[in-house]
Amino acid sequence: MTALGSVRLLDGRVSFRLHARSVWVCGAILVVTLGALVTALVVGDYHVPLGDAVRAVFGESTRMAELFVARRRLPRALTAVLVGIALGVAGAVFQSLTRNPLGSPDIVGFGQGASTGAVVVLLLFGGGATQTALGAFAGGLVSAAAVYLLALKGGAHGYRLVLVGIGVSAMLIAFNNYLVTRAELTDARAATVWIVGSLYERRWPEAVLMAVALLVLVPVVLALSRALSVLDIGDEGATALGVRVEPTRLVLIVAAVGLTAVATACAGPVAFVALVAPQVARRLTGSPGPGLVPAGLLGGALLLISDLVAQRLTSPGELPVGVVTGAVGGVYLAWLLYREWRSGRG
Amino acid sequence: MLSRSTGLVLCLAALVGCALLSVAVGARSVPLSTVLEALWSSDGSYDALVVAQQRVPRTVLGVLVGAALGLAGALMQSLTRNPLADPGLLGVNSGAAAAVVSAIAFLGLTGPLEYVWFAFGGAAVAALVVYGLGSSGRAAGPVRLALAGTAISAVLVAYTYAVQLADDKALDQFRFWIVGGLAGRDMDVLVRVAPFLVVGILVALFLARPLNVIALGDETGRALGANLGRVRLTAAAAITLLCGAATAAAGPFSFIGLTVPHIARSLVGADQRWVLPYSALLAPCLLLGADVVGRVVLPPSELEAGLVTAFLGAPVFIALVRGRKVAQL
Repeated sequence: MTALGSVRLLDGRVSFRLHARSVWVCGAILVVTLGALVTALVVGDYHVPLGDAVRAVFGESTRMAELFVARRRLPRALTAVLVGIALGVAGAVFQSLTRNPLGSPDIVGFGQGASTGAVVVLLLFGGGATQTALGAFAGGLVSAAAVYLLALKGGAHGYRLVLVGIGVSAMLIAFNNYLVTRAELTDARAATVWIVGSLYERRWPEAVLMAVALLVLVPVVLALSRALSVLDIGDEGATALGVRVEPTRLVLIVAAVGLTAVATACAGPVAFVALVAPQVARRLTGSPGPGLVPAGLLGGALLLISDLVAQRLTSPGELPVGVVTGAVGGVYLAWLLYREWRSGRG
Repeated sequence: MLSRSTGLVLCLAALVGCALLSVAVGARSVPLSTVLEALWSSDGSYDALVVAQQRVPRTVLGVLVGAALGLAGALMQSLTRNPLADPGLLGVNSGAAAAVVSAIAFLGLTGPLEYVWFAFGGAAVAALVVYGLGSSGRAAGPVRLALAGTAISAVLVAYTYAVQLADDKALDQFRFWIVGGLAGRDMDVLVRVAPFLVVGILVALFLARPLNVIALGDETGRALGANLGRVRLTAAAAITLLCGAATAAAGPFSFIGLTVPHIARSLVGADQRWVLPYSALLAPCLLLGADVVGRVVLPPSELEAGLVTAFLGAPVFIALVRGRKVAQL
């Protein structure tokens, strides 16, 4: 674990410590992501030659290449990467804040609330894709706010936040299950696909929305990443080191929930990315602390590769991407854990 | 302030009350006198048959399943020292679900009685894999079990969704199983799972003292002569028995196992010798109460106990968590 030294920006107001292995790992993940991105443009029910695909990205190409690559595959692949980054970063923030490897935005009831919002719009009002996304966005935010406010009593103590989240989530899950069991089978199916998380027919609006959300929120989270590692030593210790605990925690929660909210509106509550990406990233980099950047990059790679697999595995017709993220992420995490534990580390 | 033993007697009384309600109340109104008579001897009437063949087994099953879930949850949280750990964390619920959805999709099974062995088998295999992964290299510690459970559950849940989405028939049956309920569970189901539940409950209650010792931390526990590995393995086996059999009988009720131990700890503190019996009595109260409410709230249909449990239990749970200083693990 050799440090590469530190990088200072803005007259030293922002500084990072670079960790040599983290840099290598992030570089490797980026290369994998880029490779998957190119594959995503070329491969599909209609094969586009590599040259045509690349030209289509930069404007001039055949009509078919433009139709498939520029209007469908590129925005979908970008949405996948951006959603994955958002979920990975949000997961890392929550695991670090709660000091719990099971932490994810779902502990404040986010995923369940978003599902409730979407399921209500889908099953009770028969809404379309945009309305469903809005319903999910609103449902997730309302339940996260409700959990935070219910847990707020002389400071949202981490432990109480977790317990209130359990209670609210349970009610929301029960309500979702109630609606799904009472619905017509085709509607129940549509709701299930949404709950699993899917990137089917995601185009430029989703990609742009995701990019804007990341540009606004990721810098906020990164600026607080030092404070986040300090919070790890406990509230008293962090206060002693000059971190204003409660406001820092609130801003981090709001930013992480915001990232999850936009990601969920775009793709549904894709399972396990937020849970698995930070754990895998932490094991690859071997560095202590929250590891926000590697977690985000890994989330992006995981979601993009999973979406490729989801599209091709049962072609024609496709699986929702959440099925694959769960399977791929779970198997990979299990393998990493096995290797680590066999060799007596950790 | 009541003493803890008085409280325990009150919990027992509440459980007896819930059990009587569960025998007396239902879609078909049976006079209380007939109900009480039918408990001892059948006069052959239809009312007596309903009570003896449907409500009594359903109530006994509710008591056992509830106690099993409460105990499994308390063991799991104590074993992993994690408040987010529900008994399903060992992969029990997701293993059972994967096996049930396979049984529906590939073997064409249709009812709770037919699912029982599949659910139980799936639960046991998943728990073995999680425990095996968690103890590779050396003994399984709390964080390891939580992580191993997360990884294996991720894969099993993904598989379960894939099968449901590929097969409408599986989706249609599975969406009712996953909710969890006691409706339609008769004597046949009870007879199959009761032995496992009873053994599991006894083992769990005997674990109270060793769990107290290892709660002091690994080093202190060892210094006091506790065999950490053996306690953890026994607890994991008990959780698998309890939660596997309960899930096989009634579907996955993760809410009960997750919350009742927290409620018990808020009442009696962190001493497992009290937490375990309180959990074992409070959990079936919640389950039976929910089951009774579910029978009468939406006539003529029933609302599944799994749903009512969360709707009734969650607000109580949130109020408790807000109102008291919760005893941490």
